Amino acid sequence: MSSTVYIAGLGVISAIGNNVAEHLIAFEREEAGMGDITVLNTIFRKKLPVAEVKLDNIKLAELAGISPDISRTALLSLVAAKEALADANIQELDSLRTGFVSANTVGGMDKSENFFIDFNKDNRKGKLKNIYDHECGSMTEIAARELGLNDFITTINTACSSSANAIFYAARLIKNNMLDVVVAGGTDALTKFTLNGFNTLMILDKEYCKPFDEHREGLNLGEGAGYVVLVSEKVAKTLNKEVYCKLSGYNNSNDAYHQTASSPDGTGSYMAMKTAIEKSGLKPSDIDYINLHGTGTPNNDSAEGTAINRLFDPVYPPMSSTKSFTGHTLGASGGLEAVFSVLSIKHGIIYPNLRFETRMKEFLFEPEKRFLKGQKVRNVLSNSFGFGGNCTSLIFSKI
Amino acid sequence: MKIYIRSSASISPQNTFGNESFLSEIVEYNGTRLKAIEPDYKEFLDPKLLRRMSHIIKMGAAAAIECLSNSGIEMPGAVITGTAYGCIEDTVTFLTRIVEQNEELLPPTAFIQSTHNTVAAQIALMLKCHQYNNNFVHKGISFESALLDAIMLLKENEADNILVGGLDEMTDISFTVLSRLGLYKRWPVSNLNLYATKSKGSIGGEGAAFFLLTDKASENNLAELTAIKTIFNPKGFEDIEKKIGLFIAENSLKMEDIDLVITGKSGDTRHDEIYERLSHSLFSNTALAHYKHLCGEYPTSAAFALWLASNIIKNEMIPKAVIERNSKQTAPKRILIYNHYQKIYHSLMLVSAT
Repeated sequence: MSSTVYIAGLGVISAIGNNVAEHLIAFEREEAGMGDITVLNTIFRKKLPVAEVKLDNIKLAELAGISPDISRTALLSLVAAKEALADANIQELDSLRTGFVSANTVGGMDKSENFFIDFNKDNRKGKLKNIYDHECGSMTEIAARELGLNDFITTINTACSSSANAIFYAARLIKNNMLDVVVAGGTDALTKFTLNGFNTLMILDKEYCKPFDEHREGLNLGEGAGYVVLVSEKVAKTLNKEVYCKLSGYNNSNDAYHQTASSPDGTGSYMAMKTAIEKSGLKPSDIDYINLHGTGTPNNDSAEGTAINRLFDPVYPPMSSTKSFTGHTLGASGGLEAVFSVLSIKHGIIYPNLRFETRMKEFLFEPEKRFLKGQKVRNVLSNSFGFGGNCTSLIFSKI
Repeated sequence: MKIYIRSSASISPQNTFGNESFLSEIVEYNGTRLKAIEPDYKEFLDPKLLRRMSHIIKMGAAAAIECLSNSGIEMPGAVITGTAYGCIEDTVTFLTRIVEQNEELLPPTAFIQSTHNTVAAQIALMLKCHQYNNNFVHKGISFESALLDAIMLLKENEADNILVGGLDEMTDISFTVLSRLGLYKRWPVSNLNLYATKSKGSIGGEGAAFFLLTDKASENNLAELTAIKTIFNPKGFEDIEKKIGLFIAENSLKMEDIDLVITGKSGDTRHDEIYERLSHSLFSNTALAHYKHLCGEYPTSAAFALWLASNIIKNEMIPKAVIERNSKQTAPKRILIYNHYQKIYHSLMLVSAT
């Protein structure tokens, strides 16, 4: 049970790039992915900024090597998961016990929305192929079949903490000696359902979001997918490349305060971070960078900040919200940010928190504003918090 | 480490909830859809909260509270759920409004409650439980994934007294859509006659079953959850049969050691073929039971099967209504549950007397 789980591969697609290399360039150039809505068919075009992946479904399908006729969520998943698996370059994968643990929040909703337009007029209408893959599990199944990951697949949905929980669960499947290799993370495409949902909650910023800023006004939705390839110690030794780092700690706690709001004192986030650090055998002072959940909503950033203050005061590590680049990609965010956390260790970089101007008045700390290279980054804490009080923190550590 | 089922609770289309008698009076349905028999929720849930809760939240929360109450434990060490469809009622409500109101002036409540993890979250909220909380949404193995999570938490010594449940709701809309997808029979049948009707399609169902898992032995425990395994997309019948045999062997058992097999026979000839063949091969000398005529077919129906198996062991009797092929052993000590969903997801659970 004490065996170590290593990160051997990375794959990511979001509004700032279609692969890992493009993300690194966008981060260094400090180029955000937000803009006008161009792919999603909604009345909010030109009204709300979003962080769309800049490829339509046809182009995405070409990248993924699959028919464009499936949900955009599955297309994004496949692009990123394929990159991760190729990056890991595991020899004789077929001889190993492999799994795919993926997260998403609304399954094939982009297709279901089309189905419902006709179905709503007449329930004998609506193309069945548009509703067939409505379930969250369908997204995972489509990708798993293409990837040939067969021994165990499952899907997690704990709202915006989903893919952090997927990575967490996947690591435990390896630690419990059930699997040798697991591709884990998450995916979510922009949908009318989520855009309208977040809009009714009045937590969408009409401008580009400003996480952890005193004058932040909400989040921007994004889309994408991010996966890490987790391998056992045994598999790590057979690789013809160096592993990136290890997943050294994780914890899942519940805020148990409100269905959609975080408690003012950030109970859930505090417990998630604190216990994850303890499980990794580290102290808060060992953390070199925090990849914040940092959605940009007044509520999240205040609760998360309070929890950070409680845990790290008086010495705060560099921190930033990469959602200032990618928007909030919901069920994918934990996967994307796990990839960014690993890259931070690998390349010694700290990401800037774009558009930050004014420190929140209740805190003595503020996020990093500039892209920093050549940093000594040994341990990264990545936060993912979601509706339903679901708070998960992951810790990645240099070997 | 041994893992025990301390307590259970099930809301289903039968009188399974808060009922002393164990499936002695079976409810007959004529049609292709079985609806859960709902208790008076006011006894379990705050009336103020109840008003806003959808069908699945009520079923899930009440079953969880009852399971906890049956266990004598006040605060679970973790809450884990599995639901394939999630909160369909609220999802469809919000989706319909987007279409009808052209994305304008939408109220947020349906969206808030449409999130798949709403039930696990509501349970945590009601109990003020800050511990591990997770939710699996993977088709026919949503519940099994949750159960596996609970088992790993116990083995890792991360938590004890883990509340784990499998639940799905059926609404008029989802029933219409799933019927069009060919999941259910085209003509009404009596659920008591389900397996005699040789045709394509099953009958739709729904329900919520919760369990409290612990690694502590106690005479109050219902049963031991000895092992669980899921199989994705097997290559064919021989592969399935081989993997079931392997599962038995991995647990140092032979087929003769199994007193009863509960299968996921659904009345759909396309799916029951596998169970039929097994009943003449690997399971040929074993007593057989089935359950989907009682709860209907839905992706997390294995939770109902686990409720059935653990209560058969505790009560030391097999309810007449579930017996397919009898044996001398009337009080089974070891039960194998084998279910598959759409032939793609197969699951095995081994439940033993403590």
